[in-house]
Amino acid sequence: MTRHTLSVLVEDKPGVLTRVASMFARRAFNINSLAVGPTEVAGVSRMTVVVDADGDLIEQVTKQLNKLVNVIKIVELVSENSVQRDHILVKVRADAATRLQVTQAADLFRASVVDVSTDSLTIEATGHPDKLTALLNVLEPFGIREIVQSGTLAIGRGSRSMSDRALRAS
Amino acid sequence: MSKGKPASPALMAAKSHGHGAAAGSSAAAASPSGPATAVVGPNNVVAPVQMTGSEALVRSLEELGVKDVFGLPGGAILPTYDPLMASSLNHVLVRHEQGAGHAAQGYAMVTGEVGVCIVTSGPGATNLVTPIMDAHMDSVPMVAITGQVSSAVIGTDAFQEADIVGITMPVTKHSYLVTNAQDIPRVLAEAFHLASTGRPGPVLVDVSKDAQQGQMTFSWPPVIDLPGYRPVFRGHSKQLREAARLIREAKKPVLYVGGGVIKSHASKELMELAELTGAPVVTTLMARGAFPDSHRLHVGMPGMHGTVSAVTALQQSDLLITLGARFDDRVTGVLSSFAPHAKVIHADIDPAEISKNRTADVPIVGSVKEIIPDLSAAVKAEFEANGAPDLSDWWAFLGNLRDTYPLGWTEPEDGLMSPQRVISRIGALTGPEGVYVAGVGQHQMWAAQFIKYERPHSWLNSGGAGTMGYSVPAAMGAKVGNPDRVVWAIDGDGCFQMTNQELATCRINDIPIKVAIINNSSLGMVRQWQTLFYNSRYSNTDLNTGHDSMRVPDFVKLADAYGCVGLRCERVEDLDATIEKALSINDRPVVIDFVVSPDSMVWPMVPSGVSNDQIQVARNMTPVWEEED
Repeated sequence: MTRHTLSVLVEDKPGVLTRVASMFARRAFNINSLAVGPTEVAGVSRMTVVVDADGDLIEQVTKQLNKLVNVIKIVELVSENSVQRDHILVKVRADAATRLQVTQAADLFRASVVDVSTDSLTIEATGHPDKLTALLNVLEPFGIREIVQSGTLAIGRGSRSMSDRALRAS
Repeated sequence: MSKGKPASPALMAAKSHGHGAAAGSSAAAASPSGPATAVVGPNNVVAPVQMTGSEALVRSLEELGVKDVFGLPGGAILPTYDPLMASSLNHVLVRHEQGAGHAAQGYAMVTGEVGVCIVTSGPGATNLVTPIMDAHMDSVPMVAITGQVSSAVIGTDAFQEADIVGITMPVTKHSYLVTNAQDIPRVLAEAFHLASTGRPGPVLVDVSKDAQQGQMTFSWPPVIDLPGYRPVFRGHSKQLREAARLIREAKKPVLYVGGGVIKSHASKELMELAELTGAPVVTTLMARGAFPDSHRLHVGMPGMHGTVSAVTALQQSDLLITLGARFDDRVTGVLSSFAPHAKVIHADIDPAEISKNRTADVPIVGSVKEIIPDLSAAVKAEFEANGAPDLSDWWAFLGNLRDTYPLGWTEPEDGLMSPQRVISRIGALTGPEGVYVAGVGQHQMWAAQFIKYERPHSWLNSGGAGTMGYSVPAAMGAKVGNPDRVVWAIDGDGCFQMTNQELATCRINDIPIKVAIINNSSLGMVRQWQTLFYNSRYSNTDLNTGHDSMRVPDFVKLADAYGCVGLRCERVEDLDATIEKALSINDRPVVIDFVVSPDSMVWPMVPSGVSNDQIQVARNMTPVWEEED
């Protein structure tokens, strides 16, 4: 399976997330992650959908997405030309004996400690999904108690904006 | 947009359409933006005036040019039914909401206009789910208006509350929940625009009771705001030239014509292209009538129950010129073995249909209404420059198949009438100006096979969904849309029992349809599969309506109870006289119980799960492929 990152501009209307999710479910497409939030344009939201799809299937995914009336524009972002970031919060077992080791590991990944208790640390990290996987591998021996992770966010490199042309056209 | 690669080539073609069209002709450049935002209907200017949401709803329908609607009131839609009484709209009160939905479909299919149905919340709305799904599968322009509980109680499991927007989301082109009276005109204008443009389909408008009761300021026309909806109409000129080149090079081309040609009213354009190329034409179940059956270039209907000549034409073809068709599994059989040597030109208004099932060599996104004449022009230029292809070998092969394996039937051994003969005589005695509306099953296939269709919009059926019970209500809608035409519901004894309550609607509202019940006393298509694939073990397919059975219900008595004329025909000697009699009665609906053999089967048939090469003309009989080595 090849991983594809789609940036999708949608109208900020009730049910739009359901429409997208329901279309993926109905067509048996695999969503790896989905993140959604407002954009610089009022009334327009942006979804970043990471999809696992082989060959021609990604074309079918984008065409089906594009059929949804509330979907304004879709762009596939490839890693060479985009910045892709995940956000993670991870609670690690850490007592007086191991705390320093855990914080040092976090430092190596430019992760920060956001909560401390007598027997745990909560670490926050942002980065490419590969980097976060590496971080988790390093933290794993200490004992990971809880993970919460965002979907991937992605943006194209350079000065142009995805919403420029799409919204002018309308 | 500058960074990252475009999502797909077809998508880009759509987005950059303005440039493509501008290159082709200057007039074309205006067309995408022109109709894309136009409000359906005469666009009368109405100065702002105060009214209630329900008055606005009815007024919007009037301004949209709607003449007839089908519906059934209930609590949550009551406010709208009050102003409806004083409206110019003709409201047909059905007996079951499913009937309203199929009637709207039938109306849309014969008129080409948006069919409208209005029902209440909860079970009223869920009873519409089947026709909505049916319209979605067959791309029928329809707007379904449902009442909803007041916005204050949405989400509380209030009486007759159902999340109909959520329930129908996968089977609508789009849907709206309106909770503010002020939004009603715009939403309805958008709904009609969405339903009728691009690939047509059903749009649901769910209106809460308080939105119907609230005050608003009505003005017309509203402004449509659909930034994400930009259907493409003109085909890309480079793709059209490439298609023309393939057509010139092809030795075995076939025009594979689907329902899109009917929906876009492109039969005339198709005729020109067919005669220009001289290529054989196959019309799918959804396209029967798009091209005249009597035309020398027509080789039949393809698919599971298609003619040998049509199925083989596709299988042996080296170029499929696909126009508004979607490579449905009932046409392709096992996809990997379908038309293995053919290149594919695929023209469709829905980019998602292109290369969904079969990869297209030349994709053309747009309306076939625009694409076909452009393609004809390109083909003409190509032929003039490089000569027209010689298709005589191809025609010798197909002509031989068409002559050797015409559609036919063997008389049943039980002495009962053959259903094929009944249907064939109905078609012959009524003629091509009639409208024929089938249910689903054996009778549907026979009606597709043995009635000769010469014009578009004369054949209606539930193709993609396969909805038993479609026939009577859809015929009712078709008759309302085409009151001057003879409208036949060709129905089965199983199908008829699912929706026959609409006979009351037909009788009371003077909608004199004719219903031919092809009564083989069973769920015939299921029974045929039991005969062929389940060792003739007839599990739960005997309906006891026909010969030598309890005859429950007695269809003649049932017709009589509904104030319709009920006739029964059991002998072939009476067949023509019975049909003639039905044709002579036009003041009320006629129901004919044609008692036929349960043993008749639909042939030819490509059994499920095998290649179309395994087509059987009769049980265990495959054609002799003389032309093959």
